[in-house]
Amino acid sequence: MNKKEYLAYTEKRAKRSNTVVNCIKAFLIGGLICAIGQGFLVLYLYIGVAEETAKTLESVTLIFLAGLFTGIGWFDKIAKHAGAGTLVPITGFSNAVTSPAIDAKSEGFVMGVASQMFVIAGPVIVYGTVASIIYGIIYFFIMK
Amino acid sequence: MKNSILHFSSVYLAQTASLVGKKESEGPLASYFDAIEEDPYFGTDTFEKAESEMARRTLNILLGKSGKRPEDIDLLMGGDLLNQCIATSFAVTKTHIPFLGLYGACSTIIEGSIVASAFINGGLVKNAAVMASSHFCSAERQYRFPLEYGSQRTPTAQHTVTGCGAYLFQNEPTPFRVKEAVIGKIVDNGVKDANNMGAAMATAAVDTILRYFNESSLKPQDFDLIATGDLGKEGHEISIELLKRCGYTLGDIYVDCGMLIYDIEKQDMHAGASGCACMATVFGGHIFKRMQNNELKRVLLIATGALLNKKSALQNESIPSIAHLIHICKE
Repeated sequence: MNKKEYLAYTEKRAKRSNTVVNCIKAFLIGGLICAIGQGFLVLYLYIGVAEETAKTLESVTLIFLAGLFTGIGWFDKIAKHAGAGTLVPITGFSNAVTSPAIDAKSEGFVMGVASQMFVIAGPVIVYGTVASIIYGIIYFFIMK
Repeated sequence: MKNSILHFSSVYLAQTASLVGKKESEGPLASYFDAIEEDPYFGTDTFEKAESEMARRTLNILLGKSGKRPEDIDLLMGGDLLNQCIATSFAVTKTHIPFLGLYGACSTIIEGSIVASAFINGGLVKNAAVMASSHFCSAERQYRFPLEYGSQRTPTAQHTVTGCGAYLFQNEPTPFRVKEAVIGKIVDNGVKDANNMGAAMATAAVDTILRYFNESSLKPQDFDLIATGDLGKEGHEISIELLKRCGYTLGDIYVDCGMLIYDIEKQDMHAGASGCACMATVFGGHIFKRMQNNELKRVLLIATGALLNKKSALQNESIPSIAHLIHICKE
């Protein structure tokens, strides 16, 4: 067996995660998170917050809850089953920032928490910004 | 190439010590370990300090069990998975025993045992202690994502054992003789997936096993147990298939420590265990005690190591792997 055959052999026999089950779990839990978010929105509107502010408040609430759940160690246990269900909503972003921040606490607040905080979320921010610049330029020329 | 096997004439295993964490204490081998610590911080404030504390305690258990003081030990060697083997360096600071730091990833304990045996057999020292530790939390920080990050692991991923094993070798006879060893060669089979270290290490284990049996007068049937370090379920099955293709069927005596320490199904451990402490604690705790109870006489240990680091993985390099073999028998 040469290297190529060995790689093909190991890849073939390596079990994959069950895509169907994962998709269903992600759909249900992701949907539940969004429904909770919607619930908060309805609640904020009900108590008389202006619609724009209520939308922001709703995101902030989900970010806070995801951060809190990360801190008390529930988030990774839910995400283990939910996968993209917790990753795609704003909760995933919150977890990506809070988890390295908690982790790096032992290296101090400057070189630890502050410098490690964006180690996972950083690429998303950088390329998200780049993408929005490109989108902005295209939009500018088309709308002109 | 011939002369793969190193023969030792007067090296004996005197004592072993093992200390494990909570997950390991919930596994099927729990009753064999010398001590269990449920606190992942081991009473310290960081996981790195925890690993050092764990290694320090294990060494103390070894000294206690063998009735020796630190100054009675001629040479101490060991290693771990953290950068520059820092956990072990801190752990042994106060012992004032001459120290050699080793790195062989998960094969460290047997690498150390071979070096210790060579020192003793050559008459340079009377005894030598070997230790290797790993801690799930510090290893995750070293190699993967932050602990609380919500990610999913693949079915071939392995769980790093939290624990430490320490062994004492000496030139004075005990019933447990270290007879032979084979120093592994780096085998790079092209596997790049750090979540499938079993597939990366399987060929290294098979290479070392074949080198041993090609030269030895002993056959696999002559052994009561042939144990690999941490191939996990995936690597174990691959190695069985490869050995079969080379004409060796090892049967029930062929086991993997990475499959023994946890109840893989119940504890949801995917492909099983890995880490320096995997073989270090499973041999030190489980297998050695079975030898003491006369359940096993002739044992082959093949510790496997995946010598990757975070940067090499990011640079899309394959995983260089190694496997060291040692033959211990009760006389």
